[in-house]
Amino acid sequence: MGKTVSEKILARASGSAEVRAGEIVKANVDLAMMPDLTTILAYNAMREMGRDRVWDNERVIVFLDHVAPATSLNAATVHRDVRRMAREQGLKHFYDVDAGVCHQVLAEKGHVRPGMLVVGADSHTCTHGALGAFATGVGSTDMGAVLATGRLWFRVPETIRVVADGALPEFVAPKDVILRVIGRIGADGATYNAVEFAGEAVRSMEVSGRMTLCNMAIEMGAKTGIVEPDEKTFSYLGERKTGSLEAVSSDADARCKEVLRLDVGDLEPQVACPDKVDNVKPIGRVEGTHIDQVFIGSCTNGRFEDLAAAATFLKGRRVHQGVRLLVVPASRDVYTNALNSGLIKVFVDAGALVCSPSCGACFGGHLGILAGGEVGLSTSNRNFRGRQGSPEAKVYLASPYTAAASAVTGVITDPRGEV
Amino acid sequence: MSARLRGMAWKFGDDVNTDLIMPGKYLELVDPREIARHAMEGADPTFVKRVRVGDIVVGGRNFGCGSSREQAPIGLKQVGVATVVAESFARIFYRNAINIGLPAIECPGISGAVEDGDTLEIDMAGGIVTNVGTKKNLKLVPMPRFMIEILEAGGLVAYLREHMDEWMR
Repeated sequence: MGKTVSEKILARASGSAEVRAGEIVKANVDLAMMPDLTTILAYNAMREMGRDRVWDNERVIVFLDHVAPATSLNAATVHRDVRRMAREQGLKHFYDVDAGVCHQVLAEKGHVRPGMLVVGADSHTCTHGALGAFATGVGSTDMGAVLATGRLWFRVPETIRVVADGALPEFVAPKDVILRVIGRIGADGATYNAVEFAGEAVRSMEVSGRMTLCNMAIEMGAKTGIVEPDEKTFSYLGERKTGSLEAVSSDADARCKEVLRLDVGDLEPQVACPDKVDNVKPIGRVEGTHIDQVFIGSCTNGRFEDLAAAATFLKGRRVHQGVRLLVVPASRDVYTNALNSGLIKVFVDAGALVCSPSCGACFGGHLGILAGGEVGLSTSNRNFRGRQGSPEAKVYLASPYTAAASAVTGVITDPRGEV
Repeated sequence: MSARLRGMAWKFGDDVNTDLIMPGKYLELVDPREIARHAMEGADPTFVKRVRVGDIVVGGRNFGCGSSREQAPIGLKQVGVATVVAESFARIFYRNAINIGLPAIECPGISGAVEDGDTLEIDMAGGIVTNVGTKKNLKLVPMPRFMIEILEAGGLVAYLREHMDEWMR
């Protein structure tokens, strides 16, 4: 019986010849990442565990991104304390409020490599499976244990394999693929499992699109999403001056709990409707729904490719009167590329608000909070009740194509008929 | 962790996510007492005023789905919730709850056997939850030994202080 990529990575990290799904192992973590709002709790936990120094100041990476720049006195105090911690601990990699959203920056700065065991004190850490890492989100006390010891316990997950065949139609995006998959698997259908994304459609996706897929694995309960590394992975990483690459992938005869196949050749744009991420409908069922605000950004869809997709619909046009459009590049590098290639001008000319990189608009921390009775359309990852402001607001999730086309018309709009 | 718990049930539905348990705008708070003022605010803004020490939160499927924010179980523990019993839990919430010493107990069928305000008795060792009013008994899903040890220590911090050598092996 062959092994899954998760079994291989967790065996290597736990120093075992072989581990199998269902086993609990203690493993050495290769990389630990923390954003601002979970760092202090983790740091306090580490100290309460009796350690004063993080286990490895090159493998602990900290970001100020959720409330960046600080939006309140409380946030400013957290940031001050995190900066002090980074300085005291001599962290080699500390990203202040000017860098961007942790997951985007971690990948684009070349910190993640295939085969790594990555933990992050943020649930969307599963994003890094797009680079062939086993990457999973943990809470602050788990992170405290990692800071103190470099180790953590893991239950070796079973694997669900999602095979996406065919070629994506024009104006249908990786986001539509993952929304369709979540709609089928359900919000808890992959709990404690790893979800491997494979098939022709995934092979032909750039790393950017694969990050969108893996990012939302948590929205079906998964421990991680993961894509087998290939030439696209190595080309992405190669540009980022990484060290040696140890690609790991599942054996052909590895045990899968479930295989879900879909042909994306006839996939329509998908929309996750309020207020659950698995309440997914084809666009035709929600077309014409009034919207007050559109948000394009986040660790799900704030990359250059996403902004370029959005710009297709906004070039030379105006955001519909009465609709607010927020465009938030996921990182400084994304922002710079968008600026140099003219995308930022397209957005500003169209009437969009272009905001500095942060997580604020996605999690209701700041930026574009929705009032009671308002409707938001977002390219982010969660539409939970109250997620982006009032519990009486509604949030729909869609691709950057759908979001931009809808910003122009003022109602949820099928992008395929709008260019 | 005491072997027997008795408390009043607060019943919630399926997919109670971490934004309902602890809205994102409060994540800037680090003092558990301040965090506690907002426990369950997204699901029931009156919860904090009415909950009493020893009460039991009853959830449906996928309790605690969403974010990795540990502020969610911290808020529940700090207001005195003795345990969360649910049909099933999301992975990160489950780990976080155990890690801070708040028992998260899986119990298939609990949603159908409990109404808001019912009194529940939980026998941890025997693995049984009883609805005192209806006398209905349900079985708890047994927890791995390792997690029971963390709970018995009072959470992962205390566990690691006691078992650091073993942890590093």
